[in-house]
Amino acid sequence: MDRRNFLKSIAMTSLAAVGCKENNGAGSPIVTNGNKKELGEMTYRTTPNTGDKVSLLGYGCMRWPTIQQNGKKVIDQEAVNRLVDYAIEHGVNYFDTSPAYCEGFSERATGIALKRHPRNKYLIATKLSNFSPDQWSREASIKMYHNSFKELQVDYIDYMLLHGIGMGGMNAYNGRYIDNGILDFLLKEREAGRIRNLGFSYHGDIEVFDLLLSQNDKYHWDFVQIQLNYVDWLHAKATNKRNTNAEYLYNELTKRNIPAVIMEPLLGGRLAQLVTFLQERLKQHRPDDSIASWAFRYAGSFPNVLTVLSGMTYMEHLQDNIATFSPLDPCTEEELALLEQTALDMLKFPSIPCTNCQYCMPCPYGINIPEIFAHYNKCINEDNMPTSSRDEKYVEARRAFLVGYDRRVPKLRQADHCIGCKQCLYHCPQRIDIPKQMERINNYIEDLKQNRI
Amino acid sequence: MLRNFRRLFASIFLLGITLLFLDFSGLLSHYLSWMAKAQFLPAVMSANLIVIVVLIVSTLILGRVYCSVICPLGIMQDVISHIGGRVKKNRFRFSKEKRILRLVVLGIFVVMIICGIGSAVALLAPYSAYGRIVTNIVQPAYIAINNLLADWAEANNSYAFYKVDLWLKSISALIVAIVTLLAIGFLAWKHGRTYCNTICPVGTVLGYVAKFSILKPIIDTSKCVNCGLCSKNCKASCINVKEHTIDYSRCVSCFNCLGKCNKHAISYQRISKTKVETINQEKRNFLSMLGIMATTAAASAQEKTVDGGLAPIVDKSIIKRDTPLVPAGSQSLRNFYQKCTGCQLCITKCPNGVLRPSSELTNLLQPVMSYERGFCRPECTECSQVCPAGAIRPITRVEKSSIKIGTAVWNKELCLPLTDGVECGNCSRKCPVGAIRMVPSDKDDEKSIAIPIVDSERCIGCGACENLCPVRPISAIHVEGIEVHRFN
Repeated sequence: MDRRNFLKSIAMTSLAAVGCKENNGAGSPIVTNGNKKELGEMTYRTTPNTGDKVSLLGYGCMRWPTIQQNGKKVIDQEAVNRLVDYAIEHGVNYFDTSPAYCEGFSERATGIALKRHPRNKYLIATKLSNFSPDQWSREASIKMYHNSFKELQVDYIDYMLLHGIGMGGMNAYNGRYIDNGILDFLLKEREAGRIRNLGFSYHGDIEVFDLLLSQNDKYHWDFVQIQLNYVDWLHAKATNKRNTNAEYLYNELTKRNIPAVIMEPLLGGRLAQLVTFLQERLKQHRPDDSIASWAFRYAGSFPNVLTVLSGMTYMEHLQDNIATFSPLDPCTEEELALLEQTALDMLKFPSIPCTNCQYCMPCPYGINIPEIFAHYNKCINEDNMPTSSRDEKYVEARRAFLVGYDRRVPKLRQADHCIGCKQCLYHCPQRIDIPKQMERINNYIEDLKQNRI
Repeated sequence: MLRNFRRLFASIFLLGITLLFLDFSGLLSHYLSWMAKAQFLPAVMSANLIVIVVLIVSTLILGRVYCSVICPLGIMQDVISHIGGRVKKNRFRFSKEKRILRLVVLGIFVVMIICGIGSAVALLAPYSAYGRIVTNIVQPAYIAINNLLADWAEANNSYAFYKVDLWLKSISALIVAIVTLLAIGFLAWKHGRTYCNTICPVGTVLGYVAKFSILKPIIDTSKCVNCGLCSKNCKASCINVKEHTIDYSRCVSCFNCLGKCNKHAISYQRISKTKVETINQEKRNFLSMLGIMATTAAASAQEKTVDGGLAPIVDKSIIKRDTPLVPAGSQSLRNFYQKCTGCQLCITKCPNGVLRPSSELTNLLQPVMSYERGFCRPECTECSQVCPAGAIRPITRVEKSSIKIGTAVWNKELCLPLTDGVECGNCSRKCPVGAIRMVPSDKDDEKSIAIPIVDSERCIGCGACENLCPVRPISAIHVEGIEVHRFN
């Protein structure tokens, strides 16, 4: 190629790039999964108490992209800015964060990215994440509350949540919000207008959920955040017998006309990585749609859902989700039945229902809990879980499992170093019996290493 | 022709043994470990009669071919010497045999074997010296390249390569290896086989055997024109042109002289009968020496507030053990340290980072076990399969799990349940033989926090408990070696 042609081609490329940018937004094609899809208008739902028009796709700020800096993982602020810009440009306006997310740096990164947009273009949700007993005092909790304003660079918060009520049971709830008068404090802040909507997010002990809803006349919850997806709708107890089905939670909210914000619609990405035959079945029904889009459409199909949160780390996930919700194509009866069947089939596999939320981390003994679970689940999905040394592909699968394990998790952070101290148990929103699962995985690894199966 | 044969076989052996030392996957040991077992000194130490007989007989027929074809240190010197010869041609000259030095070194060596001073034996043994050079200098580079390939494989979602820890196993062994390489390398570059013909105890023994070999290079005085080309190209400096004699105790049967002689005056053939009488005296010397070797062989038969992140992990420090730990198959410390020639082949084979050269003066360069990087895994018998010297006898997987090599000792002062009040029991859960049980720390209170108790009879000393103990840098449970291993 001679110089002139070369320059010409550069000019063409940059023109094309500019053209793309101008074409973005509603009514233009978007590329997802390599398929072009005509974008319509984002679907919005309205909050009963403040009349906010909330995008049905909400941005979860728990999984911001990271880069290595001086050997440490830090949030990639430039990438965050790009993602937020793109999201707002395509009609996403609900951003959900917490002082605890991303090792405590999520609020700041989210605040920096949002500050670059007009304040009326976005709605901020954050939480009072005073989990540690050190933070239960009134002073520490209020300090955490004020710090959120500072980090997010705002003077009011659109959606404020009591974070993860039910984790640690009634005792933790009383310690965090009642005995120190923090709930009363937050109600006053709502009256003063610094909190526009007050709600709570729920995991764990159902007693606390029921108590808070029974006091709705007193507190007037503006919204409640629950975990809902096609597995948890009817099968939450498969993870832990004490967990509660999303069906119950959702119906309780609908009865009281409290809108539901949905978390873990994708179970931390697990519903995007189904075992091959389940993927194939969904693809047969809607060949152009991603596997993840099924889970999002499922959650969005419930009319009392205000917004469906997704922790989108990568641009392609954001684009795919925007396509799913612009506009929402609700699931048909037949599709709902198919997803229920998918959930039933999924439960036949011994995968671990970890959503990689990182609430259990850091493990005081250095175990990388989510990565161990992720490797285990990945091997199940990729059919690299030899069950007998007589399996046809035993040797390959064993090697893939063991070599992949060492690659993914440094030796000192592997399951065999779990001492079973149970400190993580209280933190897991899915209530996975982490020490027991660690032991199970380690026993399996020992079986593989010693060729015992 | 003969020289090419020699070079071909030498290349095969050098490559094979080097690969045997480099390979950490354990895949090659099955095919190559015989090359280590064919080495003279390890065969003597393990009383491997077949190898000894084959080597002696081949020396009696062909001369010191062992030194030029089988011994890796010898071949390494030939390679260096060959490159040196490219730079400066015709650089050798005849020198007299340093017989007293040779015999004194050999004598000291034999005495040390009998006394079981392993580190000194390890220092002099030629095959072991080569093993240490590869283990300490070449293998790290090999692993580094492997790790680059593993990165590449990971990027391509392939499981063909996997990463291996690269760590300094012993600074003293590294220094010894570097000094050995520099000293022997320098001598080989300048003077050829000086080490083999003055210091090397194996060279001395085989040299005196080779004096009686059937086939030898012989100078035909009727053809010789005294040009001295053969002598100038003899890396063993053993051809005396003036007297037309060759010192067969130093000739390593490299056949270089045969090709160098323009007049074809040197040939490799049976010696004429007239010479036989003159060497009868030497025959007697030799036999007494063999006697010494035979007796030697017989004698030596925090609270979290935010989500995510990883807690820092402190490295475990190396624990000083009152009794050293040696691998299952060693039978006893005495057997192990007496027979081990310090070649470190077992160290390169240990996939769990357990074996490393000892830093203790009495058994410097010989291996010792420690558990801060890994433990002696129940399914692994690598070291016992490759040991050529009989220091670690072959064992099966089944035997492995019942051989007691040490005993776990609990340290109350450090144990997590007692120091931090945290439930643990990892040592108990991970013990492969179920030798550790958790019991209430207060005998009157069933519900008090549990602490480990070790059944020292059942414990085999594998170190799973020590390695997996969460207390760092010094584990709250560690393994002490025992003098004599036993079956549980």
